[in-house]
Amino acid sequence: MLKKRLIPVLLLKNGLLVRSEIFKIHQIIGNPIHEAERFNHWNVDELIYLDISQTDEYDLRRDDGKVKGLDGPLAILEEVSKTCFMPLTWGGRIKTVDDMRARISRGADKITINSEAVRHPELIRDGAQVFGSQAIVLSIDIFRHEDSHTEVYVDGGKTPTGLNPSEWAKKGEEMGAGEILIQSVQLDGVATGYDLDLIREITSAVTIPVIACSGVGRFEDYAAGIQAGASAVAAANIWHFKELADRLGKKALVKAGVNVRV
Amino acid sequence: MAIDIGIIDYGMGNLRSVANGFESLGGKTLILTSPAQLSEVERVVLPGVGAFGDGMKNLSERGWVEKLEEQVVQGGKPFLGLCLGMQLLATTGTEYGHHQGLNWIPGKVDRIVPRDPSIRIPHIGWNDVDVVRPEGLFAGQPKLMTFYFVHSYAFQTDSSDVVTSYCDHGMKFVASVQYGNIHATQFHPEKSQKHGLALLKNFLAIKA
Repeated sequence: MLKKRLIPVLLLKNGLLVRSEIFKIHQIIGNPIHEAERFNHWNVDELIYLDISQTDEYDLRRDDGKVKGLDGPLAILEEVSKTCFMPLTWGGRIKTVDDMRARISRGADKITINSEAVRHPELIRDGAQVFGSQAIVLSIDIFRHEDSHTEVYVDGGKTPTGLNPSEWAKKGEEMGAGEILIQSVQLDGVATGYDLDLIREITSAVTIPVIACSGVGRFEDYAAGIQAGASAVAAANIWHFKELADRLGKKALVKAGVNVRV
Repeated sequence: MAIDIGIIDYGMGNLRSVANGFESLGGKTLILTSPAQLSEVERVVLPGVGAFGDGMKNLSERGWVEKLEEQVVQGGKPFLGLCLGMQLLATTGTEYGHHQGLNWIPGKVDRIVPRDPSIRIPHIGWNDVDVVRPEGLFAGQPKLMTFYFVHSYAFQTDSSDVVTSYCDHGMKFVASVQYGNIHATQFHPEKSQKHGLALLKNFLAIKA
């Protein structure tokens, strides 16, 4: 039986690994290669790497975080894939099929598209036709307004689109996406648990697997995401700030009766 | 220096991780960009991320089909097909239209249709594999192994004697095949941590 997945998300900004809060605050936490290596040793299920840089500049102020001779995200990807014997999803700043190819040829198994897919939904179809649906992950950033209605945001959670998340997810599936990654803008880094209503809404709108992300503060939060319908549960910060994040995360899932790879 | 593993670059997918997998085990690899290079390597790997039709089109247009048949089918060079590289061994494929495959192993590649409609396709993630022929890639391995899968289509064959393992995702399907020197897996051993690397290690030990 197919196992539910537990996935660490690494955020890359201008060549450095960062932690993120509400899509706005980014604090440098380390070296992009060493973290991936560590997760490989931990035997994690999968890894998602998101390049959230808004510019091409690379921040080389800190020596401990920077990687010698690696001057761009593609070079970092190439290096990460050398020690990554698990599935690797790469996202961020992908605008064309050639951008996808550049990442897949350097070791990414799947790519995510987000803002550009909203602007040009045919990018999903074009990518799926070349690389197969399974390689195309539609990443959707969702903002829940105060009146509790939800809306798709793009450009790193900055620009509202007027799109309804479920409808957009459904359209993405029709266009050929193989998976949906959902993130909640206002829950990013706040550690209060997933937006379970949102997970239920999206997973019932599509038939492809949904990866839930944003909001995990405790290992116990994962199981609720699975019970709400997610095929995989992802998180970023908890992997950096808690010890034994993989083993204890899996343990909490097993305890809740979820079928995971141990 | 003999090259242990040649990896076919036909514009379909993740060659890097296959090379990384073999290199981590001490194997010397070469990315093959032209069919003439096939004679330079001891074993050949056909990886592949992508759609059946594009894969076959690229293989034929770049002149791989004839040379592969000469080296692998007639010459007996050890061959490993991964994911799409396994599917292309079939007679036909039905992804985005009807396409002819290499027809090295009689069979058809069709979309997975789960018994239970709540089971999600693509089949993405780790799943248990039931090894029915513990030889070749699976020599010395446990009967039940866990591998990483990413696919929506599966290989169907009437000749069950070529099947080395099965998996189940809404339906029972073929997870790997072996026909003489031709080995193939639907899952990604290069992405399946220790279990996967164990299979790549076995492939490195197979001689023509």
